[in-house]
Amino acid sequence: MHLPDVNGHFGSYGGRFVPETLMPALEEIEKAYREAKEDALFIKELNYYFEQYAGRPTPLYFAANLTKYLGGARIYLKREDLNHTGSHKLNNALGQALLARRMGKKRVIAETGAGQHGVAAATAAALLGMECVVYMGEEDTHRQALNVFRMELLGAKVIPVTAGSRTLKDAVNEALRDWVTNVETTHYLIGSVVGPHPYPMIVRDFQAVIGQETRRQILEETGRLPDHLFACVGGGSNAMGLFYPFIQDDGVKMWGAEAAGLGITTGRHAASLTAGRPGVFQGAYSYVIQDEDGQIEPVYSISAGLDYPGVGPEHSYLKDTGRAVYTAISDFEALEAFQLLSRTEGIIPALESAHAVALAMKIVPGLSPEEIVVINISGRGDKDVEQVQRVLRKGEKIRGS
Amino acid sequence: MGVEKIDAVFTNRKQEGRRALIVYLCAGDPSPEAVATAVEHLAEIGVDIIELGVPFSDPVADGPVIQAASARALANGMNLEKTLLLVQMLRVRLNQPLVLMSYYNPLLQYGLDKLARDLAECGVDGLIVPDLPFEEGGPLREKLKSKKIAAIPLVAPTTTPARLNKITSIGEGFVYCVSLTGVTGARDSLPPGIAAYLERVRKVTDLPLGVGFGISSPDQAVMLAPHCDGIIVGSVVVETIYKKGLAAAAELVRELRQVI
Repeated sequence: MHLPDVNGHFGSYGGRFVPETLMPALEEIEKAYREAKEDALFIKELNYYFEQYAGRPTPLYFAANLTKYLGGARIYLKREDLNHTGSHKLNNALGQALLARRMGKKRVIAETGAGQHGVAAATAAALLGMECVVYMGEEDTHRQALNVFRMELLGAKVIPVTAGSRTLKDAVNEALRDWVTNVETTHYLIGSVVGPHPYPMIVRDFQAVIGQETRRQILEETGRLPDHLFACVGGGSNAMGLFYPFIQDDGVKMWGAEAAGLGITTGRHAASLTAGRPGVFQGAYSYVIQDEDGQIEPVYSISAGLDYPGVGPEHSYLKDTGRAVYTAISDFEALEAFQLLSRTEGIIPALESAHAVALAMKIVPGLSPEEIVVINISGRGDKDVEQVQRVLRKGEKIRGS
Repeated sequence: MGVEKIDAVFTNRKQEGRRALIVYLCAGDPSPEAVATAVEHLAEIGVDIIELGVPFSDPVADGPVIQAASARALANGMNLEKTLLLVQMLRVRLNQPLVLMSYYNPLLQYGLDKLARDLAECGVDGLIVPDLPFEEGGPLREKLKSKKIAAIPLVAPTTTPARLNKITSIGEGFVYCVSLTGVTGARDSLPPGIAAYLERVRKVTDLPLGVGFGISSPDQAVMLAPHCDGIIVGSVVVETIYKKGLAAAAELVRELRQVI
């Protein structure tokens, strides 16, 4: 079955839950996207930027040292960290910025948590000569100060959001308010497979290049499909991008790593699929971390990019149908994986991607050496090294006291 | 009760050649008791319909004033259940129709069957859900219809003719015409073209037109009055109560009442 359906539903998930002011804009984006998808020139231009600007295809690297260390399946790393701007986010930002230009919009707005999407959006806007405003939770502007500077260098205006928990969900609220106000001139460049239809579909399709390349590369390299795919899930765009081209292949198991933060039982986590329940939040029906009254609860993760109380509706569908399995990874486990990949392979992953590596570390040792695993390294860790340094130093003090 | 009660207000006002005055207050800001006092006082000085907002953690259609009011109410432990208790309390002395404004998730989590039953039992006459477009609103509308509670539709200046027809054809009570592209909150001026937009809505429906978002002064109300059947004010009243007290808000409401 081809999903989403005409109303943007993945089973019971998805849909459009936004103020009426935005509904015509969503219809316009869907129409423009469906036309663009069929337009050979649009696809050609997108592919040109993917190849000549972003640096695609990204390598599928056989991680021999990690494979040896974990002693199970053969591990390949999909190197989205080698994209221009350092993460998978540029795939979607380029696609949507080209779409916005096609719709005649000269201004794009975006929200960002870790800054990866903000940097990608600012980059695509600079490339295409568009005005760019990025909303970022004030808390995140401190955690990711370097990325704020990057966005400003790229000509974007970064607006710190002081409402609520001062993190990603509040940045999304502010971006939605901006969009409601400036909808006729502005395209909201949503950064993940979340929000109202058609965003989960559009972002998935632009990110599906990850899975399409992986499929081609692994077939060339090994002559067969992988047995397991691993990716981190905040909103879930890199995971959807990797998973989507394999959904019909029942033999390929899909694993999503959510943020367990300080532990699910502490209540300080961001694991929507593991510990949330279905509800309507920021434009879609999906798993949400909420209290009994349906109020959205504060979330926490060491990784600003995973620190979000919702998740893409297609992931909710994949969870309920059992097609993908979602497991929560703690800050501690992610930090271990962050260091392990750095030491064994000389690759410093983003803290987000470290969650995927950590989940693979749990599963891979139990697999046979004939099995093939692909872990999506969705972004590079440069943005996180200072934060990790602070945490590790603090940890040493705690252990030493 | 319900739809009929709202209809009666607009019919009466129309016969008098006047417009209905609808005032929004956030339930539980700063306390249920204070809201009850404010509602009763404003009703006495001529507010026709009371709109009570159920506080929500992520009110994306609202500007800073109502967002802050919502946050204060939530910090004081307000929720949908307590809002319904407040309505029950108000119903004893209040003759005016009372409509609730709530984002969809708190309603959904409460359970739509239970919601319709309890809204009816507490005496709620209508419901406005700003993040529930008509495409997704079928299940809720069905439940409300069975209890004769008005499902009040929203339209915006961006709404296309095709959508306008669909939305107004299934709405009840009145059409909530969002005056501008933007969030709630007082504005110094109203957008140009608002009269043409309201005439466009008028042509496709017999339902009364209530205009809200951005209205903050009697002058603006006077300007809008010839083009609508009701004026909705929220942020300016909420902010006046918060900063200057109920007496100052009452004065503003009295002025609005006189000019429309």
